[in-house]
Amino acid sequence: MKKLLLAGSAMVLMTPAAFAQDTSPGDGPKIGIILGFTGPLESITPFMAQAAEVAIAEVNAAGGILDGQQVTSERADSTCIDAAAATAAAEGLVNAGVDAFMGADCSGVTSAVLTNVAVPNGIGMISPSATSPGLSTAEDNGLFFRTAPSDARQGQVMTDILNDRGVKEVALTYTNNDYGKGLADSFTQAYTSSGGRIAITAAHEDGKADYSAEVASLAASGADILVVAGYTDQGGRGIIQNALDTGAFETFVLPDGMIGQDIVDVLGDGLSTSFGQYPGTDSPGAARFQEIATGESFDGTSAFAPESYDAAALIMLAMEAAGSADSADWSKKVEELANAPGEQILPGELSKALDLIRQGQDIDYVGATAVELIGAGESAGNYREVEFKDGQIVTIAFR
Amino acid sequence: MDLLNALVTFANFVFVPAVAYGSQLALGALGVTLIYGILRFSNFAHGETMSFGTAITIMATWGLQAAGVTAGPLPTALIALPIGIGATILLVLGTDRAVYRFYRDRKAAPVILVIVSMGVMFIMSAIVRFLVGVEDIQFADGERMLVSARDFKTWTGLEEGLAIRTTQVITVVVAAVAVALLFWFLNRTRTGKSMRAFSDNEDLALLSGINPDRVVAVTWILVAALATTAGVLYGLDKSFKAFTYFQLLLPIFASAVVGGLGNPLGAIAGGFVIAFSEVMVTYAWKQVVAYASFGAWAPDGLLQLMSTEYKFAVSFAILIIVLLFKPTGLFKGQSV
Repeated sequence: MKKLLLAGSAMVLMTPAAFAQDTSPGDGPKIGIILGFTGPLESITPFMAQAAEVAIAEVNAAGGILDGQQVTSERADSTCIDAAAATAAAEGLVNAGVDAFMGADCSGVTSAVLTNVAVPNGIGMISPSATSPGLSTAEDNGLFFRTAPSDARQGQVMTDILNDRGVKEVALTYTNNDYGKGLADSFTQAYTSSGGRIAITAAHEDGKADYSAEVASLAASGADILVVAGYTDQGGRGIIQNALDTGAFETFVLPDGMIGQDIVDVLGDGLSTSFGQYPGTDSPGAARFQEIATGESFDGTSAFAPESYDAAALIMLAMEAAGSADSADWSKKVEELANAPGEQILPGELSKALDLIRQGQDIDYVGATAVELIGAGESAGNYREVEFKDGQIVTIAFR
Repeated sequence: MDLLNALVTFANFVFVPAVAYGSQLALGALGVTLIYGILRFSNFAHGETMSFGTAITIMATWGLQAAGVTAGPLPTALIALPIGIGATILLVLGTDRAVYRFYRDRKAAPVILVIVSMGVMFIMSAIVRFLVGVEDIQFADGERMLVSARDFKTWTGLEEGLAIRTTQVITVVVAAVAVALLFWFLNRTRTGKSMRAFSDNEDLALLSGINPDRVVAVTWILVAALATTAGVLYGLDKSFKAFTYFQLLLPIFASAVVGGLGNPLGAIAGGFVIAFSEVMVTYAWKQVVAYASFGAWAPDGLLQLMSTEYKFAVSFAILIIVLLFKPTGLFKGQSV
């Protein structure tokens, strides 16, 4: 019944998107939300899209941007895994007249959309969740940003945590895509150069039938601790479940893609000795975003939902600051708005932010994830170190 | 002692998981092979048929649990299974009437039916997503472990543990029962024999007065029952996720082709061949070898033939080798 309600409410939510298609290009600023609504990330993307649409609704309620124009949005399916499909979907959005992309989600398709669609058409994009280090050096003509940190940073954070706990040897498994591979590489580099030993590295495919073979190999390496760079509701969880059942491992190190309430609910005590880290801050913005999400009755703790809100908000604020919905103009304003100095802006304060921008004052968009853009326009990355106690994710420290 | 440790390690990480996985593949491959043998096309919607049956079973399980009905130490889903099978039978019979019959009547080429089945696959996958959503669902209840690794170590005093999940045992038992029933039906009953006749020579079967509509209907009913059972067992053993069932299609087809398309016995053998080779070729034999040689030879390397990311390459490689050298499969089936 719960699922029926969910499906029903999902259909209701799709309706505004369907309406948005009726607006002809040039009718005001339009944001293309390109996320993997089907495929491996289909369980978290609805919340990501919803978070972005909440930000858009907030701006519209505040009177819109660029002389009171209402912002519209349109969803498209990146599929997460199929670069050709994502490119076609993004081209569809270009034809529908979007001025910005909020997306894409997975690193592989994000890179495809950036190279094949965003750069040739000169459309700016802010990805809420592509974390592959490879995107830092992508040829983007200054059009690409991300509100998620590069995994190069996470590899270092994970190494620090392991070293602080005195762990000298681990086994490593990663999901075989740009995210998993990127994180595994950066972690391997950071960990081995700090003197740690990785007994075995084994990739796993998501959404597959069976993970006995992977767990068997990992267990044979003799390491006691397993680093799982995967997804909560995908192969990563399958690996942990199988490892617990066969008694192969008892302690797991979980990076961002693996942390969510659902995995704690399912595995329960199995995670009692495990730990991990995921992007997060103790800034008041995170809590504020949860309140907004609860008010809109969707799951704000879902991975990358806060980043999605921030991505959409930054696009609209940058448009207002540039006085234009043209990507060449607004993309130049993103970093300036996201970083200090200026008045700090939390989720739910977009109306105030727009007022300040119109008055010509400087703002520092903090948002739900304490956005701070560095390097090639990517989030600096604050991480929470967490443990799992009595079915709860407990934050131990911020790094 | 060391030899026992080697055996236990092998059983824990290779034998037990592969037998359970092989049984699930075998049941799935049986459905594919029946359709290929009798309706003469490769049914791409098979994974989604499994998914649909499992989805209905999950909803029935929730209903039973809400009504306070459980199967004690066994998963409640086993009681709900007949409901899932019933709904799936209605779905596939409806699909056959609405879609496949049209193409069968005009004697469409098998390749057209394959494409049609892909269309059916997309529709079914959408139905499943509307019914139970896209999230990962765990619906196994009752006793989870029959033998846990830790208990096994305490009982035996061995260094290595052996874990057997309740669902793994249920999988093997239910699969054995289902296969036995299927073979009894195909070999001993009149309807079963008429199905085999229809599969061997359609024209001759029609001449001898076999009603083709009845054969087709019975085939779909059997396929629905097998697919739902396979899907539910798989979901109980791992978990249910709509996307995973779509991915199951590849190993299932590999199993059916390796065994010989259209040959039920081959489908079962194929399931186990694929499951065992996936696990064994990518297994790191280091520990087993170290134990078996009484610690005399503890290799530095992992003794792994192939890294696990090539697991699916193993299925493909076997598939290609079989098609090259024995196009009709290990058991005599129809060539593709």
